[in-house]
Amino acid sequence: MVNLGNDEIVKYPFLAEAGKYLSDKGFSLEQFGTDPDLKKIVENAFERIITASEGRIFKSDFSSNNSALPLEIFSFLIAVILLKLSGMNTLIRRFSLAEARRAEKFLEKDLMNYQDATKTKLSLQILEELFSMTVEKTDKGFTILVRDYLKHSINFYEREWKLINRKVVNGKVHLTSHETVRLVRKELDRHIYTKINSSSSPDMIIGFETYVDKLKQLAKKFEVKTVESKEFPPCIKHAIEVLEKGENLPHSGRFMLATFLLNKGQTVEQIAPLFKNAPDYNPKVTIYQLNQLSGVSGTTEYKCPSCEKVKSQNLCFPVPACDTIINPLQFGRKRV
Amino acid sequence: MNAKDVTFLEDTFKKFYFEHFDLLHVPDNPNQREFGYQKFNGGMNRHISLKSDKDLHLLLMQNKPSDVYCSNARYMFPNLPMAEKDWQNAEIIFDIDAKDLRKEHPKDNTLIKCSDCNEISSLNESCPNCQSTKLSFTTLTCNDCIKSTKDEVVKLKQILTDDLGIDQQNIKIFFSGNEGFHIYVSKSEYDDVGSKERAEIADYIMFRGSIPETFGFRKFNMNKSSLPKFEDDGWGGRLAKHLYGTKSNRPKILQEVLSGGYTLFQKRLEDFRDSIGIKIDPNVTQDIHRIFRLPGSINSKSGLTKIFVEDLKKFDPYVDACFIDDEEVEVVTNCPIEFSLKKKKFGPFNNEQVSVPKFAAVYMMCKGIASSV
Repeated sequence: MVNLGNDEIVKYPFLAEAGKYLSDKGFSLEQFGTDPDLKKIVENAFERIITASEGRIFKSDFSSNNSALPLEIFSFLIAVILLKLSGMNTLIRRFSLAEARRAEKFLEKDLMNYQDATKTKLSLQILEELFSMTVEKTDKGFTILVRDYLKHSINFYEREWKLINRKVVNGKVHLTSHETVRLVRKELDRHIYTKINSSSSPDMIIGFETYVDKLKQLAKKFEVKTVESKEFPPCIKHAIEVLEKGENLPHSGRFMLATFLLNKGQTVEQIAPLFKNAPDYNPKVTIYQLNQLSGVSGTTEYKCPSCEKVKSQNLCFPVPACDTIINPLQFGRKRV
Repeated sequence: MNAKDVTFLEDTFKKFYFEHFDLLHVPDNPNQREFGYQKFNGGMNRHISLKSDKDLHLLLMQNKPSDVYCSNARYMFPNLPMAEKDWQNAEIIFDIDAKDLRKEHPKDNTLIKCSDCNEISSLNESCPNCQSTKLSFTTLTCNDCIKSTKDEVVKLKQILTDDLGIDQQNIKIFFSGNEGFHIYVSKSEYDDVGSKERAEIADYIMFRGSIPETFGFRKFNMNKSSLPKFEDDGWGGRLAKHLYGTKSNRPKILQEVLSGGYTLFQKRLEDFRDSIGIKIDPNVTQDIHRIFRLPGSINSKSGLTKIFVEDLKKFDPYVDACFIDDEEVEVVTNCPIEFSLKKKKFGPFNNEQVSVPKFAAVYMMCKGIASSV
């Protein structure tokens, strides 16, 4: 495992073992609830969660970490405890993402640290150990194996991350430091989220109650309610029109239409008549295939393909309302 | 296909297999592969496990299959249903087929079959007999088609080695047995990548989904020095060669590109997909559970054999992949166009009984234009 100094734990506090770190420093959790000298740390921790919930990144004050009480490390660890006590998943998610973005900034800076080679080495080591991603430093930037790149990039929807939009030479993808780190943001987020979620929940600590109650109140603000219109997206309307005209809808179009309607809750019996005008219509085959897609006959329940996939199959006929969605199933869904 | 033709083809294929066991081998790690076969007029039998060449030869002799398949994937339990097979890894396979390359059917090499009256005729927009437009198209031997698929294979190999870093020795080319090539990449670092990643690799090879920014074209603060240059690696260099043609053309074309603006360049990139993207079948590459025609086996769409291609330039599928013997046989055939096999020309035949070598008879029967007498 990576050997971390105090400076590194400040930057990447999620790498420390919370309980062990506190006891190594000679503290117990209970002290933080009662000791007035430690109140500042709890307030700081609370502030850290609030900042994250607002989608901002907590600003670091490195001077506060040189004392015997490295404030920022403690504030992270106590923030985790407060989150666990509140049990509010939405806050844990926001906190993980904000902390991932905070760490991302440090990782990027360390990768490009020309004065101190150990910083670069350590950040490369973190990428290797946490995300199994071997990054090599070159004169102009960084390279990673195409295979490793794809493992991460397939989670992005933005076209700039497609392999075709990268410089690829001799099995390696060339990236800037920013791109290298951005590539693992989701995994970093997931790593922090999993770490928080898998840590054991302590019993309520005296002195923490008010903070925990405030967090529970705060989480209510983020409850999302959505309404959904009954209108079909243009790709689905087009597919239905093609079938109604008795024209041939390619296999990929039939797959899209059937999975869309199944995912929207329609039954095989409701969907099957849609295909009766297809030039090669065979009722038995249609029912068999729909049963396969619905997971009734097979073991897999197929999902409606993404907009990206639909686009690549020339089945996409976008309207402005499609700008904000990545899957036809999201069409017409609005937050209230 | 009628019973008599089935028997004729089964016996011919069986004889071929018996005489050419040397061409048919199970791939490495046979006990981790899924095998499958089809019989004439029959469905697919898959989820079969074979351990050795002997098992394979026995299957061929006992079942007289029309087509034989083997997975590129390795599984822990290849004979269990798909969800329980426990996928381990798979070679990457690219399929380049003449049908995906042509914009229109080659006039001299295509015949049409009417779905309404079964009339067979040379290429036409409608059936000359009943004027129906419900037609199916069949391409017979076509050297131009093979030439263009070979060109694509060469371009693909270049990208696999230069861009994706695949060792030349690990790329193996097979003639598909009909009108294309299967390119196998084995023992590479890509063996264990999943379906989504393979789809991305396919998009890369096909030049699908590129954006202007990749080639230095920005919406604002545009600078022509950032546009692709001849010496750039990867798609940048290839695009430059295609876009400018010659070095002396570059300044003029650059000016055109710049004055055309972002949207026009985006449109151009989409058009380039057709001209510079490699025309592989992406569904084949991304399918990690597919069973592929087994090298050494006959393709029942043509009677030709899927074989390893040592020298692509010299390879002539209509000679090198035609293994059926030349014993004379009588067939009734309706073949309105000429075709050439083993350097001999056949046809046109007008619904007549003819005596032809067995390899030509098998070819026509597999193409659905002849019947045994």
